[in-house]
Amino acid sequence: MKILRSALVPIIAVVLALLAGALLIQLSGSSPREAYSALFEGSFVGWERFGTTLEKATPLIMGGLAVAFAFKGGLFNIGGQGQLLFGALIAGAAGYGFTGLPWIIHMPLALLLGAAAGAAWGAIPGVLKATRGAHEVITTIMLNFVAANMAEWLCTKVWREPGDILVRTPIIEGSAEIPTFGNIPLGFLIAVAFAFGMWYLLQKTTFGFEVRSVGLNPSAASYAGISTKRIVILTMAISGFLAGIGGSIETLGVLGRYEPGFNAGLGFDGITIALLARTNPIAVIPSAVLIASMDASASLMQFKAGVAPEITDVIEALILLFVATPIIVRWFFKSRQGEEISFGANWGSS
Amino acid sequence: MNSLLERIIRLRWWILIFLAIIAFTIFAGDFRQDPTTAILAATLRHSTPLVLGALCGMLCERSGVINIGIEGQMLMSAFVGFTVTAATSSLYLGVAAGLACGMLMGAALGGLTVSLQGDQIIAGTVLNIFALGLTSFLYTPGETIHSKTPRINVGPLADIPVIGKIFFANQPITYLSLLLVAVIWYALFKTTWGLRTRAIGEHPSAAETVGVSVAKMRYLNLIIGGGIAGLAGAYLSLEAVGSFERGMTNGKGFVALAVMIFGRWNPVGAWGAALLFGYTNAIQTQFQFRGWLTGHPQFIGMIPFIVTIVVLAGFVGRARPPAAIGQPYTRE
Repeated sequence: MKILRSALVPIIAVVLALLAGALLIQLSGSSPREAYSALFEGSFVGWERFGTTLEKATPLIMGGLAVAFAFKGGLFNIGGQGQLLFGALIAGAAGYGFTGLPWIIHMPLALLLGAAAGAAWGAIPGVLKATRGAHEVITTIMLNFVAANMAEWLCTKVWREPGDILVRTPIIEGSAEIPTFGNIPLGFLIAVAFAFGMWYLLQKTTFGFEVRSVGLNPSAASYAGISTKRIVILTMAISGFLAGIGGSIETLGVLGRYEPGFNAGLGFDGITIALLARTNPIAVIPSAVLIASMDASASLMQFKAGVAPEITDVIEALILLFVATPIIVRWFFKSRQGEEISFGANWGSS
Repeated sequence: MNSLLERIIRLRWWILIFLAIIAFTIFAGDFRQDPTTAILAATLRHSTPLVLGALCGMLCERSGVINIGIEGQMLMSAFVGFTVTAATSSLYLGVAAGLACGMLMGAALGGLTVSLQGDQIIAGTVLNIFALGLTSFLYTPGETIHSKTPRINVGPLADIPVIGKIFFANQPITYLSLLLVAVIWYALFKTTWGLRTRAIGEHPSAAETVGVSVAKMRYLNLIIGGGIAGLAGAYLSLEAVGSFERGMTNGKGFVALAVMIFGRWNPVGAWGAALLFGYTNAIQTQFQFRGWLTGHPQFIGMIPFIVTIVVLAGFVGRARPPAAIGQPYTRE
């Protein structure tokens, strides 16, 4: 019953967004019914398509977890994009750079190196916030652009295969690949495991309690003897770590190499997913699958109903709009929620 | 006389930085007049969307609302301005449409943050994501406009060497941005409206006690600010590039926020900061022209973003934002 109640707002937000999307499709001269049935068919009908949806959901789960974890600590990480990218790039480099290792060592090593790269990239805004008071919303966005440039440079100057005209790393060794069992990608299972792990960390450990305390009220937390600076830096690093895992899985389990542009919009989707899940790590899984299902079947929808695939971006933005609009929340929960985090409270100063 | 000397001493670092930049520009321009002038003129052009975005952010924040949706406001307005111009082949209608679109986006931010009292950071992010999604969906590649906004020479002033080329031979929105810096400085610090705006950003309940409507003033500031961000968007599509591209704002809305903070929430300060950022863009072109670092264009591309981070990390602690910023206001 409690689960149903807390799922009410996201479900209403999704329904409203789909209705508004239907209106847009109608206005652009296509049939919303055809478009939506193509969306459903393209993502859930048949094991193969379902597998593709899960594959697409994997980086979204990790991106959503990254944003959600930072949210719990009172931080708004818009840098998922850059952290994901670094994870993917370093995992790709480790995937082809180490040779002769057995799978049981090589694959986890590449995965963890990618995650460490994401964590390092995520820790930078954490350090800047904790020591210099620079707001993470701006620094993480700026680091996204820096990351894209850095990755391009590394791919052209350091890790390019001789003779390859494209900007990308060489193909990874077979021993670094994350396999797919039947239609279920192992990467998806890893992401689900991380979702449960994050829930455990936040709810059952002292560190998780510290993170949540700092998120709810930093001054009370530091009065209680928690080092807010340490928590801010660690929260951002863990957030980056989660995004980095998402990038690593994409390289090792889906693409087989790092290619720029694979992550277009993934960082922003993470925000939508984290808010749709109301920052609950377990709820991130169905939220990510929902968004992934739209991405997975957008081309089928274009083929069958003649609707531009970007409509899914609009629907996602509408979902975010409705889920973040507090009035909807208040309609269904008469009073304000007890656990609310304000991101503007520490704007421009620390 | 003494106070002038004191001021100079107080500003010694800024004066040194300014002189160093001029010296470097002349060096980068190969000690010739034309390239040096070109770099400085490009600096002013590149600073235009940044100073406009910063003015938008400033109006919002001075009244107590954080606006991180400047990027989305600019992008949407760039798209609407371009589409209107493509349809009507009138540049001025396009600019007006961009302005109106920005104002609407400002009102939308007001609806989310003032009326519904949502979290301001999330509301701004919603605007950004929404603008990116909607413009990508509606944009049809291949649409073109015939010309960009024309360059207007200000009579004989444009013939002055160096200065004339930099300040008096620009396109309309660039002139408008310079005018707006002066107007908003005056409005913020010399008029009743400005006093009220600053009051509701510092201490809204005190302002409300003396009869200022916080909600009305915040809406007003957000809408005017949105209009200015709309001009920045129109600048991008109609004055700088002459077409629309997916995600063409490319982070400028966020750089504008850093410009605002660096300029300490003051229009004149923001103009100086915008020039510094514009310079990092302008010098890139000259680097390519001189063949410096051409093997590593990515590092040149990073400069503006790294400068933003360094500036934020270095100066934010010392600059004080309006006190009531980020909190929704409820009447008691």
